[in-house]
Amino acid sequence: MSDRSHLIATGKPFQFDAERDAMFERLVVRYPTRESMILPSLWLVQEQEGWVSQEAIAYIADRIGTFASKVFEAATFYTMYHLRPMGRYHICICRTLSCWLRGKQEIVDYLRGELGLAPGEISEDGRFSLEEVECLGHCGTAPVVQINGEFYENMDVDKLKSLLATLV
Amino acid sequence: MEVKILSARFHLKNSNTLKVAKKHGAYKTLDKLFATAPEDVIDEVKRSGLRGRGGAGFPAGVKWGFLPKNTGKPVYLAVNSDESEPATFKDRYILVKDPHLLIEGIIICAYAIGCHDTYIYIRGEYTTQVKVLQAAIDEAYAAGYLGEKVAGQDYRLDVTVHRGAGAYVCGEETALLESIEGKKGQPRSKPPFPAVAGLYGCPTIINNVQTIASLPFILDKGADAYKAYGTEKSPGTHLFGISGHVEKPGMYELPLGLPLLEVINTVAGGVWKGRKLKGIIPGGSSTPVLLPEEAADATLDYESMAAHKTMFGSGGIVVLDETVDIVQLVKNLIDFYHHESCGQCTPCREGLGWMLKIIKKILRREGTMDDVLLLRELCDNIEMKTVCVLSAACTMPVRSYLDKFRHEFEAYVADAATAQACQ
Ligand SMILES: Cc1cc2nc3c(=O)[nH]c(=O)nc-3n(C[C@H](O)[C@H](O)[C@H](O)COP(=O)(O)O)c2cc1C
Ligand code: SF4
Ligand code: FES
Repeated sequence: MSDRSHLIATGKPFQFDAERDAMFERLVVRYPTRESMILPSLWLVQEQEGWVSQEAIAYIADRIGTFASKVFEAATFYTMYHLRPMGRYHICICRTLSCWLRGKQEIVDYLRGELGLAPGEISEDGRFSLEEVECLGHCGTAPVVQINGEFYENMDVDKLKSLLATLV
Repeated sequence: MEVKILSARFHLKNSNTLKVAKKHGAYKTLDKLFATAPEDVIDEVKRSGLRGRGGAGFPAGVKWGFLPKNTGKPVYLAVNSDESEPATFKDRYILVKDPHLLIEGIIICAYAIGCHDTYIYIRGEYTTQVKVLQAAIDEAYAAGYLGEKVAGQDYRLDVTVHRGAGAYVCGEETALLESIEGKKGQPRSKPPFPAVAGLYGCPTIINNVQTIASLPFILDKGADAYKAYGTEKSPGTHLFGISGHVEKPGMYELPLGLPLLEVINTVAGGVWKGRKLKGIIPGGSSTPVLLPEEAADATLDYESMAAHKTMFGSGGIVVLDETVDIVQLVKNLIDFYHHESCGQCTPCREGLGWMLKIIKKILRREGTMDDVLLLRELCDNIEMKTVCVLSAACTMPVRSYLDKFRHEFEAYVADAATAQACQ
């Protein structure tokens, strides 16, 4: 999805808000090493900001007491961490076997035609971003679309059209 | 044909809550558990013949028996809820419909193996599912089923949910451990096996969600009751996910050993739109395909699938109707495994990329017979030459399509030759 080779700086310092701070403290005691907090911390950052910035990586490294390069390595390996801001609605379409068999391509083609949105892109107004992803574990109700974490099953172009109209 | 052991509470309203689950029997095995010696629990699970439901089918009790005794190190349990193999969608039902069944299973397993810290590794995409699971864990803590004194006994057990973030390879057990340790998900070389040196270098058991969720029944009703379902070597029931070109795709709990075609036709409503059957993928995208005539005498158990030179896998059955373009399907498969390669072994990282280039060339109608043969040769040369079996998860099915649907590849190549001649 995003360019995973470098980080973007915001120019502003990062820190967890009070809720995330408390979550961090609750979780850290569950692991025998602080480095185990790398993935959970990246999730906390992404839930708070929507994406992971250079400052956030530095903050996590500092907070955990590890090298920024270790946090960077995880942030780039795991494709769900966004290394740049995404659209307000991040649309993930499953592209693998069962969804492919049951017509996921029509949905992708529709988005390309209707919104001019291709996989890997963000719409100009910042409303949508699109990503083709691997099996989402809902193959029995394929094709499947996930938008900002919510699953939409048995999708087709008509259903997606009415769904998108509600997302402003 | 359907039976309800794992899914017994799925239909209940609010089945995910402690109140409903408990009213319908959740946690009732705990008194018996703590009155039984851990070795006896392991023996009962061994006797039940329960096989791991993550794909490989390794007997659960036997695996637990590999743990070295008295090492002075903690023993960890990692529950595999990564569920990312295309066409696999069964564990999710346990997570959202009956998370307390999973937690009860975790308590049973943890007690049997002497574990006090369990991690549930759940794929990052399961955003709504993780909330339900965490809420159930919180309820279990509040009710005293987890924490310092499990069910009032002098036994501490902490259960922590660890979220993945979009890497299929983390379903591989050692990559999963790396990921919990905060690293990128690159599988480790074995040996040492995790039972000896796993999470944080300590003895570790990794089991699939469904394997663990099968334990309460076994402890409650006994190994013989469990073995009453299924076949001799494949006892019990399984949550099968049927997808693709059938009238009624979905998740069905069935005893093992049923005739494959009968299941497709009666349980899943048969091939959709009145079309003809072209092939069946029996257990997730990594399992070799069966032709209709091969499927005719296949049954849904580990032995029959092995006899048919394929695998039972994860119970994710995919039905292909007559319209499927096999060459396109193979491209879709290679694309997936290539994308998900962790990159540390050259045969996997480069080999799958090479296979992808060749299949794309064939699809562009620029391929030759040599390309088809090269694809086949690559399958043989990549397999089993890598740290983990992700590469084989690609080459095994691809080889089956190349061998069983060779004519479809040849047709693309023939088109290419005609186009050449016309120029
Ligand atoms: C590439 C790869 C992906 C895997 N994905 C999963 C998975 O998503 N879930 C799972 O339970 N096992 C998965 N496995 C199997 C695990 O390595 C391991 O065998 C299993 O979790 C053991 O549990 P079980 O004995 O209860 O089956 C995968 C294996 C490989 C090689
Ligand atoms: S086979 Fe592929 S996924 Fe497995 S360890 Fe090697 S490179 Fe990584
Ligand atoms: S193949 Fe699309 S959800 Fe599984």
